[in-house]
Amino acid sequence: MTEKVILAGFGGQGVMSMGQLLTYAGMIENKQVSWLPSYGPEMRGGTANCAVIVSKSPVGSPIITTDATAALVLNLPSLLKFEDSIVANGNLLINSSLIEEKAKRSDLNAYYIPANDIANEIGNSRVANMVMLGAYLELTKVVSVDSVIEALKKVFGPDKQHLVPLNKEALDRGAAAVK
Amino acid sequence: MAKVLMKGNEAIGAAAIKAGCKHFFGYPITPQNELPEFMSRELPKIGGAFVQAESEVAAINMIYGAAGTGARVMTSSSSPGLALKQEGISYAAGAELPCVIVNISRGGPGLGGIQPSQADYYMTTRGGGNGDYRHPVYAPATLQEAVDLTMEAFDVADYYRTPVIVLGDGMIGQMMEPVEFKEATKRELPAKEWATTGTEGKRKPNIINSLALDPAELEKHNIKLDNRYKEIIEKEVRHEMYKMEDAEVVLVAYGTTSRIVKNAIDALQEEGIKVGLIRPITLWPFPEKAFLDIPETTKAILTVEMSMGQMIDDVKIANEGRLPIHFYGRAGGMIPAPEEIINKVKEILGGVK
Repeated sequence: MTEKVILAGFGGQGVMSMGQLLTYAGMIENKQVSWLPSYGPEMRGGTANCAVIVSKSPVGSPIITTDATAALVLNLPSLLKFEDSIVANGNLLINSSLIEEKAKRSDLNAYYIPANDIANEIGNSRVANMVMLGAYLELTKVVSVDSVIEALKKVFGPDKQHLVPLNKEALDRGAAAVK
Repeated sequence: MAKVLMKGNEAIGAAAIKAGCKHFFGYPITPQNELPEFMSRELPKIGGAFVQAESEVAAINMIYGAAGTGARVMTSSSSPGLALKQEGISYAAGAELPCVIVNISRGGPGLGGIQPSQADYYMTTRGGGNGDYRHPVYAPATLQEAVDLTMEAFDVADYYRTPVIVLGDGMIGQMMEPVEFKEATKRELPAKEWATTGTEGKRKPNIINSLALDPAELEKHNIKLDNRYKEIIEKEVRHEMYKMEDAEVVLVAYGTTSRIVKNAIDALQEEGIKVGLIRPITLWPFPEKAFLDIPETTKAILTVEMSMGQMIDDVKIANEGRLPIHFYGRAGGMIPAPEEIINKVKEILGGVK
């Protein structure tokens, strides 16, 4: 099993940290992982994206070109940019709160998750990324939600543990959205 | 020790500190900025010093000064910044000063771009500085290797009294992978009796210098350095052979590119096409002898680089005219996809057009 996932959105939507959490969780489960960010001028005000690989065998190239098993797109430019990067029968998770367009390809499993609306419902629009991640984990089971929470606790450090329940709820609501 | 998830630039910094690096001198440039940033945060905690110099030239000359005291020192930069440091590297080689220099390279020439590139092969293996000198160049392909080789680089620098370069690229610097900081197997290192640590009135002063106006003396110095380089060639070559058995085409690639090439090789093997890889881990000394182990089944060599073709010169030297050599490269920050490499291999084998 090798999951190759692209996570993309505006700078500030938390796509980089969402990717890092997934990577961290994979490491906690003793899987082989890599995280590769886009870097450079495109990060400033434009789109940000990262490529995460979680695998049972050693990661070769950390780059994902046209062989993504999934893409999580949080804004329209990301959908336009990465829809063609997904393999046939791959998963395309679309943040339908901000993206009105539908997937063009019919050979993908497209899911429409109103991530910002769900995040607002539970009280913080900033956890929209975690809603998306929760949906993705429910679909692929690539790592367990518990591992993501464990990773989150480490990343947050002692001062921000109070944010863990909110993030857990966001993950659960994301999962419920694709059940 | 447990594995930790780190960015390449930070992992290299952590490895340097683990190896006893106390002082860092640098000047900012993308895509290596997390390395000096990490050092600026961590070195003061261990009683070391971080100095952001006014330029790359100043930074490498601070390295010259600090290395002269016998301390373990590091600088880092990216391609155009490394070009500026070349004079200082030549001086350090002449004065026999151990130091570790990291190049997280990007596209060129000139200011170029900021995306990953391997176009600094000539500069790092031939030296952009003047005079008869060489220095070891390590080219990690994974972050674990970047950590291990950075630690090794400090020992090699001290043992041979030479600058050592760790050559990554933007991808190695920016990506995250789990790394483990293992206890390195320590070499027996000679005491630094040459270092300028103060005479306390008990011995003649040590002098760190690269000026030698007497030709006979300078030639003696050149011969001494050359003997050391021969010893490095003899003892320090490192490379990996991957799926070489019965290979019809042998690919040669290092660093980031070697990972993409491995994906291509695995895909080709699944199709029943036998291909292998020689991956130089030291670019200098180049693993020339590995090319004597190429199997009789091999019809051609394919060198893959993120440049317009630089390492291919060393491949030609190592090949000694035995096999035809092909080249595939992407440049300017473009990264070759496995499919492009697969198609090139098939083209060489006269298959799919």
